[in-house]
Amino acid sequence: MANTLELLRVSASSPPAPGVRKTAVVTKLVDTSTCIGCKACEVACQEWNDLPPETTVQSGTYQTLPDLAPGFWNLIKFNEHEDEHGRLHWLMRKDQCMHCAEPGCLTACPAPGAIVQYTNGIVDFQQDQCIGCGYCMTGCPFNVPKLNPQTKRVYKCTLCVDRTSVGLQPACVKACPTGCLQFGTKDTMLEMANRRVERLKADGFAQAAVYDPPGVGGTGVVTVLAYGDRPELYGLPRNPTIPLAVKLWKGPLKWLGNAAMFAGLLAAAVHFVRFGRKADVTWK
Amino acid sequence: MSNSRERRIVRYEFGERLVHSFTALSYVYLLLTGLAFWTPAMYWIAIVLGGGYLSRLLHPWAGLFFVGLLGWMYVMWRADMRITPEDRTWRKAIGHYIRNEDAQVPPVWRFNDGQKVLFWAMTAASLGLLLSGLVLWYVTLVPWNLRWVRYGAVLIHAISALVTIAGFIIHVYMGVFVVPGGLHAIIHGDVSEEWAKAHHLLWYRNLRKQP
Repeated sequence: MANTLELLRVSASSPPAPGVRKTAVVTKLVDTSTCIGCKACEVACQEWNDLPPETTVQSGTYQTLPDLAPGFWNLIKFNEHEDEHGRLHWLMRKDQCMHCAEPGCLTACPAPGAIVQYTNGIVDFQQDQCIGCGYCMTGCPFNVPKLNPQTKRVYKCTLCVDRTSVGLQPACVKACPTGCLQFGTKDTMLEMANRRVERLKADGFAQAAVYDPPGVGGTGVVTVLAYGDRPELYGLPRNPTIPLAVKLWKGPLKWLGNAAMFAGLLAAAVHFVRFGRKADVTWK
Repeated sequence: MSNSRERRIVRYEFGERLVHSFTALSYVYLLLTGLAFWTPAMYWIAIVLGGGYLSRLLHPWAGLFFVGLLGWMYVMWRADMRITPEDRTWRKAIGHYIRNEDAQVPPVWRFNDGQKVLFWAMTAASLGLLLSGLVLWYVTLVPWNLRWVRYGAVLIHAISALVTIAGFIIHVYMGVFVVPGGLHAIIHGDVSEEWAKAHHLLWYRNLRKQP
């Protein structure tokens, strides 16, 4: 699909990415307050992407799988929360790739072109270029990419790049019966999200908020949370960023290391020119 | 030349040379594929060596092979690599050694302090590479709430590798370019008496004392 979309970022590539056309950034809106946990989005994702069913485990919840899987890119997480009045709240959250504006997976990836970000904001894995090192799994602050043990390559939600690049909605959005999932430009989605937050506040959820974490430059999947002050209730990190270790590793450490290696070779050459070989005692 | 030929001294036994050469070969493979993963500017090395996927597949196995040989090397050489009082004297005169003023360099045993420091630095860094490498290899087995282990592993793997690269540059430069006979000795095993006296006098005297 890449030929209809322009590249904004390419993993492990020093030259600037070639994309110049300005396209609107697309976003999926997840309104957790209207999710009924029907899992139509999960089925639609499996069907559209031709992913075989995963064997599940009974863990005492309605959640389909304990976690995302190499062949399962969209999982509704069922979290139970008891509020201060002793009332139980069933907090459902759509776990999937968040399509970060500043993707940690892409920063960590060592294989040129294995992870790309299009100018419309979609972060996409190119499995044919993937070498299976798993560094993206260390770079991602949301624990999303999953390694397939057979192909030894990593998979995740593509934001239905094959549909969205030709003007269709992602399969999950198409299947959602409550309108909890919406798809459009980031501006439109944020506008809708903020309207929902106002409604929730009027309904007594004073802490309702939009989850669009600035630590990763905002995300291509924004989530309306009734308990916006406590994203961890939904299993979301409070302030996700590219891990500091990954930033150091791909930033200062890389440049210092390269400089040191170069300096080492240079020092050897200078020593050879200045002092040369040791006295040649007979050794043959 | 011909009379010195009759008085050759065995500096490295066959087993020592064999372990050293396999360690060297596996290290070079690890270095090249590791550099390819380290920076996109050197990713072409992985392509030359059969592609990124293959390099990623073989790198950890080569690493196990390397560490195994290093373990053998440790058992073989640790006694000779122990730092002695003579090494501390040598260390103070390292400036003379670097400037090739060898008349002012104190005598040493089988290995000089530089060789010993290289040995211990390589051993320590390789232990770091092994432990962090296992984490990177089996990253899926590291639970998400222990993800700091993953973060530590990428940093330790890179820093330890840089330590070995520093050692490797100095080691190869010294052995190939600076010390005449050094390369011959590690490949063929033998040195002349003159060489032994000039570079490892205490070791030579000790050899001569033995019947």
